[in-house]
Amino acid sequence: MDGTVNGSLNMIGYGLAAIGPGIGIGLIFAAYINGVARQPEARGTLQTIAFLGFALAEALAIIGIGLAFVLN
Amino acid sequence: MTTTGQVPGAEGFTPPGPGDFNLPPVFGDSVLFAKPALLLVVSAVAVFGFFFVTSRRTALVPSKAQYVGEQGYGFIRNSVARDVIGSQHFLKFVPWLVATFFFILLNNLFGIIPLIQFPTFSRSSFAYGLAVLVWLLYNGIGIWKHGLLGYLRHVTMPAGITGPILVLIIPLEFFSTVLVRPVTLALRLFANMFAGHLLLILFTLGGEYLLLNSDKVLYNSVGVLTLILAVAISFLELLVQLIQAYVFTLLTAIYIQGALAEDH
Repeated sequence: MDGTVNGSLNMIGYGLAAIGPGIGIGLIFAAYINGVARQPEARGTLQTIAFLGFALAEALAIIGIGLAFVLN
Repeated sequence: MTTTGQVPGAEGFTPPGPGDFNLPPVFGDSVLFAKPALLLVVSAVAVFGFFFVTSRRTALVPSKAQYVGEQGYGFIRNSVARDVIGSQHFLKFVPWLVATFFFILLNNLFGIIPLIQFPTFSRSSFAYGLAVLVWLLYNGIGIWKHGLLGYLRHVTMPAGITGPILVLIIPLEFFSTVLVRPVTLALRLFANMFAGHLLLILFTLGGEYLLLNSDKVLYNSVGVLTLILAVAISFLELLVQLIQAYVFTLLTAIYIQGALAEDH
């Protein structure tokens, strides 16, 4: 059985690179849910902070997908 | 039996790629005015029209339209502008933030509205243009508030840091605040819309191919499943589109707040 796989290694690299931000975003929202569960009245403040953290962690994944398409 | 590593039955299937985002011109043959540019104009007119109509005849007892408009306006005004920028300065920036949010939201929603189905910001140039506007805004506010040198000092020297570490901090802070911020702001919006739209095209085209162009019953049924998944992903995209419009507006507000903040 001789197998050939066509495709770009970039995408495998991007898949690996997305693990980090994935874990990070999970932790951010876990902390947000914890915070709201403990102190429901702080929801508004926590929401802003959670989405800020989410956006910053997500930036890493986005730089990854940008480079995965750009680098050849 | 030999396996070639390809997806079985996919010999005639060309997977969608970045090239699918290059749409033909709408009028004449100018590549500058293709479908995304048309959608951009349509969305600007639609957002203006929506807020013009809903705020034209305001009454103490609001009509349904006025209520919807005020809810949207109030959401950005209270939960983004006032909470982030602070009650002292926020009112000046509310129009900008409301316009940004609804403009981006509508442009993103174009990605899943039937018959339109193209998110404008999946072309990166539009996202970069928007980020340049935000960059000019927050840097302009900072320079207006602190003066040019004062603003550079405010940006590059975080309060409480002294000594030789500043040699390291100043270039890093300048790099992250002035150079990287607009790029990540634009890339975040662009990459989310791009990846989401690519995913939708892939599932729809793949499902259609498996359903219609395959002679095996198993593949046909997988095609049906794929098309159902495409609908499910549309709902996921709706969530992503809302979040991205919100995040863009939130980050704009945070950057404005950062430029306005006093050193302690």
